[in-house]
Amino acid sequence: MSTSTVDLHPEHPHGPGPHGDAGAHEHDPRQQHHFTTMEQQFDTSKIGMWLFLATEVLTFGGLFAGFGLMQNRYPQEFVEAHEQLQRLAGALNTVVLLVSSFTMVMGVQAARNNQPKKTARYLWLTVACAGIFMVVKAYEYTHKFEEGLLPGVFYHHHGDLIAGSHGYATFFSFYFMMTGLHGLHVLIGMILLSWLAIRAKRGEFSDKYYTPVDLVGLFWHLVDMIWIYLFPLYYLIT
Amino acid sequence: MYNRFFTLHGVVMVFLFIIPSIPASLANFALPMMLGAKDVAFPRINLMSFYLWCAGAVLGISSMVLGAVDTGWTFYTPYSTTTDGSVGLMVMAAFILGFSSIFTGLNFIATVHKLRAPGMGFFDMPLFVWGIYATGIIQILATPVLAITLVLLLIERTFQIGIFDSRIGGDPVLFQHFFWFYSHPAVYIMIVPGMAIISELIPTFSRKTMFGYRAIAYSSVSLALLSFIVWGHHMFVAGESDLANVIFSALTFLVAIPSGVKVFNWLSTMYKGNITFETPMLYALSFLFLFAIGGLTGIFFSTLSVDIHLTDTYFVVAHFHYVMMGSTVIAFIGGVHYWWPKMTGKMYSETWGRIGCLLVFIGFNMTFGSQFIMGGQGMPRRYFNYLDQFQPIHAFSTYGSWVLGAGLFMTAINLLASLKIGKQAPDNPWGGTTLEWQSSSPPITHNFEEQPVLEHEPYDYRHRTVTHV
Repeated sequence: MSTSTVDLHPEHPHGPGPHGDAGAHEHDPRQQHHFTTMEQQFDTSKIGMWLFLATEVLTFGGLFAGFGLMQNRYPQEFVEAHEQLQRLAGALNTVVLLVSSFTMVMGVQAARNNQPKKTARYLWLTVACAGIFMVVKAYEYTHKFEEGLLPGVFYHHHGDLIAGSHGYATFFSFYFMMTGLHGLHVLIGMILLSWLAIRAKRGEFSDKYYTPVDLVGLFWHLVDMIWIYLFPLYYLIT
Repeated sequence: MYNRFFTLHGVVMVFLFIIPSIPASLANFALPMMLGAKDVAFPRINLMSFYLWCAGAVLGISSMVLGAVDTGWTFYTPYSTTTDGSVGLMVMAAFILGFSSIFTGLNFIATVHKLRAPGMGFFDMPLFVWGIYATGIIQILATPVLAITLVLLLIERTFQIGIFDSRIGGDPVLFQHFFWFYSHPAVYIMIVPGMAIISELIPTFSRKTMFGYRAIAYSSVSLALLSFIVWGHHMFVAGESDLANVIFSALTFLVAIPSGVKVFNWLSTMYKGNITFETPMLYALSFLFLFAIGGLTGIFFSTLSVDIHLTDTYFVVAHFHYVMMGSTVIAFIGGVHYWWPKMTGKMYSETWGRIGCLLVFIGFNMTFGSQFIMGGQGMPRRYFNYLDQFQPIHAFSTYGSWVLGAGLFMTAINLLASLKIGKQAPDNPWGGTTLEWQSSSPPITHNFEEQPVLEHEPYDYRHRTVTHV
């Protein structure tokens, strides 16, 4: 019964229905049948998103805990291994993502101020920043692959960090797991943002309804924030 | 072969049955109605949760055909990363089922926050809702850790990246920490909804206002929070430091407090109540008895010295079956009987329901009560062979399982038969005071003809004359 999806979008294409059930209030077609008001629907969606973000934090939290444990076990190796990372590329990516967070905020702001073109422009800008991030990341990954700085059994670096301790390989295990999972989130974010930008161009968002922009915005800020933690953790260990 | 069967039993029972049983079935029906809502907050996510469950079930069961898994439901490394068999498939099934569980919890929390009937504050909600809310917190905060752990296990198994493999710098005990960080809270995902059902049954069939309403509400939430800081007690013999052991032991004792609060409040509610013994109430009384045994034997394990003697014996098996089966499943069946008339609009046979309950109760105690004795004498778990001295008790336990099976079978037949031959159920067969009983049996698609408004406390029997059928 509560898994019924039949009447999720009661269609009222011509305004209030023939039975006058919408009464004096105009019934927004985007309002789902089990909510009393659009505000209630918006707040509920927002709670749902925050709860989802909590699960994201816990997912990464497991990896952070594992990293901390292994850093404790191989402190020297982790410091040596981190010197192989390109600090400048990491710093550049941090700036890029911070800028993208700003453009995201501006996009949400434009959506609730009824400025569809401006919304689309800011959302595409955010996608562009995410794209730059991925390009830089790809460049960094290529470098690691060429140097043989790889996880577990694939580790075959012949430069400064010749095996002898497992610490180096473990460092790169976590590096690839965590930045990889984060990169996947950036990719998903890019898809969501592009979808929003197209919808925004069509004028689907206004001060009455901008829930998707707001929620993807929250998601995007979380993705940025995780990088804000990843950057010092990996690139700035001492 | 034996290892494969108990692994299958563990995975199916934990991930496919007990974890989703109460929240995804009964709560999905009762929770929105108890709040006076038309539906849960996100019906489509709810449906997706069900599809994910189906996908997980198919994957999990198909791994039985495509090379059965023999790791135990805990998938401990390094064995799980090296053994043959479709560990990957099984792990993926558990991963998908985890998301099903997360979506259920997420949905309920949002529903509780935003879809309460006008006039219903948090402390006017039925205690069932409080229990499911607490469960939702655990599902959301614990399950993601299992998800990432299983991903790591899968990658470790496929690519040997060396996070859990000590030969290439990893740590197998890290897997145990990750795993129990989810799986201990998961135990509370199983038991807290059971307690939540009992908190409905007892006041309804005692026709008395809940004793210590707030204490029970708080104890549900505190169980949820405590569940996150006691995972280490699964690893007392896995080489934790003495200090860690002592701390985890002390924290584990704390769990007894909210559990005790609940039990004593239930008993106080019954005291001088107008008790009648319909089938749901019989299950509630069985729960009280079995949970008391299951809970108290838990304290044996939080005591370090006793734990070392009892670890990996039948005593553990008996303990967690008293909590999981004896408490959660009994509460689940009680809940099914309680809401059955509301869900289907049919009354089942009270006589057969009572006989079924009696058989389940006797059979369960024969099956698992005897395992306490064997465990105490040193019968180890996960061995298909045993010393001759255990033969009579093993046989007794097996006979008990037949009685238990007969009871469950009878219950199932009784419920299904009611669909055909049962009498039309009245709207409020038990004289319940919570909102779901104000709706018709079975309810309409939108649950209520018009938005109900809360006029009294959830268990207000003082100002109502309850006519009993």
